[in-house]
Amino acid sequence: MRPKVPFLTCLCALALLLAPTLKAGAQEDASEKEIERYRAMINDPMANPGYLAVDRGEALWAEKRGAKNVSLESCDLGQGAGKLEGAYAALPRYFADAGKVMDLEQRLLWCMDKIQGLDIKPIMAKPFSGPGRGSDMEDLVAFIANKSNGMKIAVPLDHPKEKEAYAIGEALFFRRSAINDFSCSTCHADAGKRIRLQGLPQLDKPGKDAQLTMGSWPTYRVSQSALRTMQHRLWDCYRQMRMPAPDYASEVVTALTVFLNAQAAGGELNVPSIKR
Amino acid sequence: MKRILIAAALVLPGMAHAQQIPPASPAVVDRVVTESFTKLPEGWAQRLVPDETMQLCSVTRNQPSAKEADAIMAREAKTVKLPEGSVIGNWKEGEKVAQNGRGGQFSDPPGTVSGGNCYACHQMDPREVSYGTLGPSLANYGADRKFAPADAKVAYAKVYNPQAAFACSPMPRFGHNGVLSEQQMKDVVAYLFDPDSPVNKPVK
Ligand code: HEC
Ligand code: HEC
Repeated sequence: MRPKVPFLTCLCALALLLAPTLKAGAQEDASEKEIERYRAMINDPMANPGYLAVDRGEALWAEKRGAKNVSLESCDLGQGAGKLEGAYAALPRYFADAGKVMDLEQRLLWCMDKIQGLDIKPIMAKPFSGPGRGSDMEDLVAFIANKSNGMKIAVPLDHPKEKEAYAIGEALFFRRSAINDFSCSTCHADAGKRIRLQGLPQLDKPGKDAQLTMGSWPTYRVSQSALRTMQHRLWDCYRQMRMPAPDYASEVVTALTVFLNAQAAGGELNVPSIKR
Repeated sequence: MKRILIAAALVLPGMAHAQQIPPASPAVVDRVVTESFTKLPEGWAQRLVPDETMQLCSVTRNQPSAKEADAIMAREAKTVKLPEGSVIGNWKEGEKVAQNGRGGQFSDPPGTVSGGNCYACHQMDPREVSYGTLGPSLANYGADRKFAPADAKVAYAKVYNPQAAFACSPMPRFGHNGVLSEQQMKDVVAYLFDPDSPVNKPVK
């Protein structure tokens, strides 16, 4: 799972190929084929830079940190202390010790705070990587999500709080507000639609689109040269909706993720993937 | 019978009961939104809250009853302000408005002029390949309507507030929500209705 070979692919060429604006129809078709070719190639883990994040995440998971100078290895992600296999496929879920439904990122922050005594305020303030700045959260998510590869998405909807999170996520998906009157459903509730040239997955009901989408996050985004998690994807969609930025690890993002993963139930995880 | 039910429950975890989960109460959803968006730029608080029309469109998933639809259209029609005189501006400026998808996002520098982003959802100039499909094609729009001034006025009203003619339309209320200025809306209507606009020039 952890390739040790440096990648040889010219990512700059890839970034150009995957650039969104294409001018002529014929060029569009040719580019689509090229993109497909590169995608097939890049599905080779050796060539996917997302696997560098997996490696960094693995080291971070085992590193002694925080006021208590312990690692995260005793953190319970829902399958028992330290058990990583299949944990991501069944998140978000209710955690009795915290008394709430948490996605992976919320849960990791909880463990950093409670188990390691790590100061999580700086992480909350700058959770995403940027130019010259890495992200422990992105690395940890890449590592942990990768441990669910080949498994099927199955978020639990048993506890009353899990049911409530689903219902809140569903309401949020259809909630129209801000200056463009957009909801998630404006862009993601029809089959085969697109914005400009970007295809839009249908996410309002169970099906292949939802399965393929949720089975492919976290992903390495070539256009951003970064591994991105669902927290970042939904932050970006709220940006397009002209909403304010949702707080990192907030209830809105977790509830939406519960709803989306419920539509994606049975979808197989294959992460980190690679996308435009 | 019982055994079949148990088997079904085993095969379909989650999906089996997602359907049976009752909807969240609006008060709970409002609370979650307020608690999750705490870093608001100056003047953005209103964006978190759907107005009366959007509240109805949200809970009915854009399928209001006939009575609700009439109430929405009547209410929204009252908001439309037509310009004094002609609704037709400069089509070249209108093209820029139609192409521009910037403005109003938290990533935009303050003072960024908003575009109409019509191409995100509509085909317009048939030579432009980068267009979205959420809305109908508007290629040849003015020519198809014989450039009738009355139809141009209807189009201006559409851009100003699409809810006035189509309850729970997915299209933004560009005038009502203050996204586009009167001049920008006139320019974009010219892009649709000026005989010289590429929108009205079929591909040969
Ligand atoms: C204005 C249109 C728009 C709205 C509204 C919108 N999105 Fe998106 N969304 C997009 C676009 C564009 C993409 C990128 C698709 C691509 O990369 O091909 C996307 C991508 C996504 C993806 C990842 C898809 C993938 O295959 O990787 C998810 C999940 C998603 N959106 C969920 C949401 C949710 C939840 C909301 C509401 C909070 C929302 N979106 C609102 C336009 C929108
Ligand atoms: C989020 C997608 C979206 C955006 C952005 C958008 N529209 Fe629309 N528009 C629609 C949809 C969907 C319809 C069809 C439903 C309706 O009539 O309201 C529509 C309908 C229309 C119509 C009526 C078409 C007819 O059947 O006669 C006009 C005219 C129009 N749009 C112009 C514009 C212009 C001009 C802009 C940019 C300023 C724009 N739209 C931006 C989605 C959009």
